[in-house]
Amino acid sequence: MQYSESRTRTLQWLTYASIGLFIISFLMIFFYVGPEQTQGEVQRIFYTHLGAFFGSFLLFIAAFIAGIQYLRTRQEKWDDLGLSAIEIGLGFSLINIVTGSIWARPIWNTWWTWDPRLTTVSIMWLAYAAYMMLRSGIEDPNRRRRFAAVYSILAFSSVFLTIIIIRIRPDTIHPVAAGPTSTSEGIEGDFAMSTRITETLLFTIFTYVVISITVLWHRIRLENRAKQIQSRKMKLLLNA
Amino acid sequence: MIEIEGLVKTFGYFPVLRGVDLHVERGQFLAFLGPNGSGKTTMLRILQGLAKPTAGRVMIGGWEIPRETFAIRQQLGVVSHLPLLYDALTAEENLLFFARLYDLPASERGNRVHSILQQVGLEKRAKDVVQTFSRGMVQRLAIARALLHDPAILLLDEPYTGLDVDAAALLDHLLTEVAGVKDGIRTVIMTTHDLGRAYQHATHIGILSRGKIGYYGPTSAMTADELPRIYAETVGMVTTA
Amino acid sequence: MSATTTTSETTTPAAKPRRLRTPYFQVVASLAWKDLRAEARGRELVNAMLLFSVMAVLIFSFALELDRQAQEATVGGVLWVTIAFAGTLGLGRSLAAEKDKGSLDALLLAPVERSALFYGKMIGNFLFTLAVGFLLVFLLTVLFNVNLFRPVLWLIIVLGCLGFATTGTLVSSMSVHARAREMLLPILLLPVILPIIISATRASTALLTELKTEDWLPWLQLLGMVDFVFLLAGFFLFDFIVEE
Repeated sequence: MQYSESRTRTLQWLTYASIGLFIISFLMIFFYVGPEQTQGEVQRIFYTHLGAFFGSFLLFIAAFIAGIQYLRTRQEKWDDLGLSAIEIGLGFSLINIVTGSIWARPIWNTWWTWDPRLTTVSIMWLAYAAYMMLRSGIEDPNRRRRFAAVYSILAFSSVFLTIIIIRIRPDTIHPVAAGPTSTSEGIEGDFAMSTRITETLLFTIFTYVVISITVLWHRIRLENRAKQIQSRKMKLLLNA
Repeated sequence: MIEIEGLVKTFGYFPVLRGVDLHVERGQFLAFLGPNGSGKTTMLRILQGLAKPTAGRVMIGGWEIPRETFAIRQQLGVVSHLPLLYDALTAEENLLFFARLYDLPASERGNRVHSILQQVGLEKRAKDVVQTFSRGMVQRLAIARALLHDPAILLLDEPYTGLDVDAAALLDHLLTEVAGVKDGIRTVIMTTHDLGRAYQHATHIGILSRGKIGYYGPTSAMTADELPRIYAETVGMVTTA
Repeated sequence: MSATTTTSETTTPAAKPRRLRTPYFQVVASLAWKDLRAEARGRELVNAMLLFSVMAVLIFSFALELDRQAQEATVGGVLWVTIAFAGTLGLGRSLAAEKDKGSLDALLLAPVERSALFYGKMIGNFLFTLAVGFLLVFLLTVLFNVNLFRPVLWLIIVLGCLGFATTGTLVSSMSVHARAREMLLPILLLPVILPIIISATRASTALLTELKTEDWLPWLQLLGMVDFVFLLAGFFLFDFIVEE
């Protein structure tokens, strides 16, 4: 497959931008923004935590849309997008879980707790890990793509649950990242945001969104390359 | 009756069918031969509407696959090496179930099931569960099931697999007598490895080799002894090409 | 093509299908009837599921030797975990039986809507799971000494089992095609049915610990909503699963 010059240049540009943004957000997290009032230095991990969550969230939405599109059009590119998005989404989601756990140790005094948010996020991760297992378990490529698309639509229910659980489970101790919860009483860990915190937070989220898109793009190109090799191999075998 | 043009089916990058052209007239009995992996089963699955062609055109009785599958399905009867029956149901219940799925008129279902069971010689076992049947009896019931809705086209996917000599002989009898094959009522496509039976039943022989039709001709143009030679040449020829 | 229409040449005209496709409800009903009839004769599936759930509950009651209050808080969880596991056991067999005898192909060969086949299969699975649910009501009432005979709880069980059977039928019709399908089914199914299990468990527990109506009603509403979404998903997605 030949890529157009301009697209390749855009990808290159995006790659440099991702690196640049990451460095800037890194500097912002450690030097621009001060320690948070009640939580102190450890709160700095929260920016990465939320950034990675937004990255994975975006990627899982992409996979959901790709699943629908694949079933409608049967174009392989949608399957490639779905697979790539979920693979990278799993990575970001893992960063999200691990950083959350590191944050929880000093704040909640435990690495892990069976809080509803944590439970649904880990279930979300497992659902997408199951997607990978489904793919490896089906041999016929057309059927694999079809089932993968169906399952990526079903698995999205766990993302949806992760988003809404915090609204319907008032007993969660997880801070609400955006928007009000159903309970108006003060929730533990609900930190008032200063302008610098808000700025750093938004910037980090933006950075992670850009990084997600860049890595996704690279991953799709890698998939295309692998397919190219596969089809050449097949041609050789058939002509031999 | 069946028109296939430029049929291609690939699994991933592996092409199973590589441009099959085939024309089967009404009332023909086509025996479809070919080594394992030549694409016979894939081709039958496409004709059954269970697999989608990657490229090419398939018309059955004037309807196009896969767009007009409902009309086609009513015209298809399938006997495979799998029984396609429910073990825990009786012979009668099995047939009644499929009669309902094929939307036979409620008033006729009972009679139709009864008469078809009689034709395949299972009327005495109608109330017995299929679990207790021998392989040959299961295959008889499978034929009854395939003929239940009186299809215009009969697809037989290696129907002799797993049958003992007696059961195979009975199947011969059923194919010629009950299925109405010799009268030209039905168009039949049968895949098999049994060259003798292919010659015995078929009006035409088609040989599939490496995803293409390697040979096609009427049985009247050859003697029974010639068929193995033609088969070997066709399969061998394409392999070296 | 007049040569093959239903009215022309045939020895027994009455045996021809009447309509282009079999009526939707007729397909659903006959498929459900077929599964129930087969099950009534062999009772393999239901027996295995019931036996499994009895054993699971016994293990739970030994493992969780709790005082009365703790039992009220736990029994909802025990109920739904057992239903989910026993249900998964049944689902695995229900579709594997169709595939191995080739009868799934036979169903697909008939002039019927695919989604009708889905709902037909789903009803069978639903009723088997429901049988487990109602057995557990008796069993848990006796073993955990918590009264589960409440109409609202039964509604929760019906809705929970419906959602479970819908999702389960959908997922198991994919997993039957996979290598190591017995292993894959629970892995694929459990993360997807979580919204159902969570809302059903929370609703049951809130009900059994005598909380106010507004504590369990949102969960019940969520459960109903999730059921609806999955029932709809089945309608649209089953076609894609069975085609090739």
